[in-house]
Amino acid sequence: MISVRDLQKEYRVHKRPPGLRAAFSSLWRRSYETVKAVDGISFEIQPGERVGFLGPNGAGKTTTLKVLAGLLHPTAGEVQVNGHTPSRREDAYLKQIMLVMGQKQQLIWDLPPSETFELNRAIYDLPAVQYRETLAELTRLLELEPLVSRPTRQLSLGERMKCELAAALIHRPRVLFLDEPTIGLDVSMQVILRNFIRDYNARFGATLILTSHYMDDVAALTPRVIVIDKGRLSYDGGLDALSQRVRPEKRVVFRLQRPVEASAFEPLGKVISVDAEAAVLHVPLATVTEVVAKALASLPIRDLTVENPPLEEVMSELFGRSLARGAA
Amino acid sequence: MSLRNTVRSFPTLLRIGVSEAVAYRAELFIWILATTMPLVMMVLWSTVAREAPVGRFNEQGFVVYFLSAFIVRQLTGNWTAWQMNFDVRQGTLAMRLLRPVHPIATYAAEILAAVPLRILVALPVAAIMLVAGGKGLVPRDPAVWGLWAISIAFAWLIAFFINCAIGALSFFLESSLKVMDAYLALWFVFSGYTIPVELFPWGLKRVADLLPFRFALGLPIELMTGAHDRAHALGLVATQALYVLGTAILALGLWSRGTRRFAAYGG
Repeated sequence: MISVRDLQKEYRVHKRPPGLRAAFSSLWRRSYETVKAVDGISFEIQPGERVGFLGPNGAGKTTTLKVLAGLLHPTAGEVQVNGHTPSRREDAYLKQIMLVMGQKQQLIWDLPPSETFELNRAIYDLPAVQYRETLAELTRLLELEPLVSRPTRQLSLGERMKCELAAALIHRPRVLFLDEPTIGLDVSMQVILRNFIRDYNARFGATLILTSHYMDDVAALTPRVIVIDKGRLSYDGGLDALSQRVRPEKRVVFRLQRPVEASAFEPLGKVISVDAEAAVLHVPLATVTEVVAKALASLPIRDLTVENPPLEEVMSELFGRSLARGAA
Repeated sequence: MSLRNTVRSFPTLLRIGVSEAVAYRAELFIWILATTMPLVMMVLWSTVAREAPVGRFNEQGFVVYFLSAFIVRQLTGNWTAWQMNFDVRQGTLAMRLLRPVHPIATYAAEILAAVPLRILVALPVAAIMLVAGGKGLVPRDPAVWGLWAISIAFAWLIAFFINCAIGALSFFLESSLKVMDAYLALWFVFSGYTIPVELFPWGLKRVADLLPFRFALGLPIELMTGAHDRAHALGLVATQALYVLGTAILALGLWSRGTRRFAAYGG
């Protein structure tokens, strides 16, 4: 289980205005600012849960992830992961976890990935049978066969990421921290990695914590989300509930038999777009049935769909509100 | 991180390190060529000694001394400070910290892994040294050669721990590479790399004896060139052991305090 109580992480940052004069004056007088990257966050995560950390850039989600992985020492607060204090970085703890960072790699650049796998076998003290089994399985599931014997530097980004994931999972970590794991990957590779990660969670009951700016990652992998905003926890709960809280409305798409004036839709809800083929409206949840019935009765509707607003829009609105609050 | 885990995985770290060193073979050989300063000094000092011996060194003595310096330099060369600075500033240290093996051990394995290739370069130089100097200019006492082997290991450790200490300063400073530059400037003077320490004026020699530089390079050269008898050599190697201990405590202390400040920038 992961337990975080009143976690705080501060950085001391050197502040200097631009220009040569400021550069020289900073030689003998420097001003520092204390930045609160994480400001009193508390939550608990049960074994096997899949949780997404969401928030705008600089919100503190990656810092929280790095504290959980033992890379950063908290300024204050208490963090426990499976009974360990991460910052102590005990062997028993490090053997249970792995942090996969989309922008950093553990693969040895000039050697084939198979060498990194072998290195991890030794470092994690894996029994030969378990190592062979896990490697064979990862090779099959991630289709690594043609990749493992080529130097890492000659692999494409997607191929590297698949090998990176294999290297990270070779010791079957019980807690997996994923920081932007699909960044820069094409859509099909993103889908492959998401499916693989979800299967890993299901098979081994591993706890999974994800940060990603790709909402498709979040929607596919993490039923529970924790929203971090300016270092503080602003939401902890289900993804659907978050959507409804931020956007308590449904997106209704009417496909039209023939063009209709936009004004005809205005009484039904908030008109997002209208063209010759379709009209898109945002309609409060409570009135969806009534609006749909009214539209079907009075307008040339060929087909319609009722859906949740896209997660990107929900997040954009949520983070936009945060920015507006900050500016006020 | 447990010592047991680190010791157990060290052979694999070394094997992978050797594979990496071989992958970088062109760069490594260029780097080795860049450490030919002793050969330049050899030509200079041999020319000076052609007129008359300088201290115990005649022309042949300087040839043997600086070829020895080249060999010892190959065996004790270290670049951990640069690598650690890069890792701290770029955040790549994170990948080392995540593994259940002490990061200092991974740095050590990377440096040690380059030694076999460096020995390939040092061996022909050693052969030339024996031919040029003859048996008369190298010690004949096997015990002194035994102490030489120990002093090479100690010199490597002192250079490594000093590199680690300076590298760990990058947790506290924005970059500690300038500290390394200052260290190298002193090292060039006081280590015996460019001038045998025994040729220093008395006062400066006393200073050199108190500083770690001589023990990080000069002592094994002195032992190779017969500067000390067995008893004296034993005393110097014992002093060198104290420097190993001191630099290790300094490096591990700075590392331990420094990692608490690590900000893991860059993703």
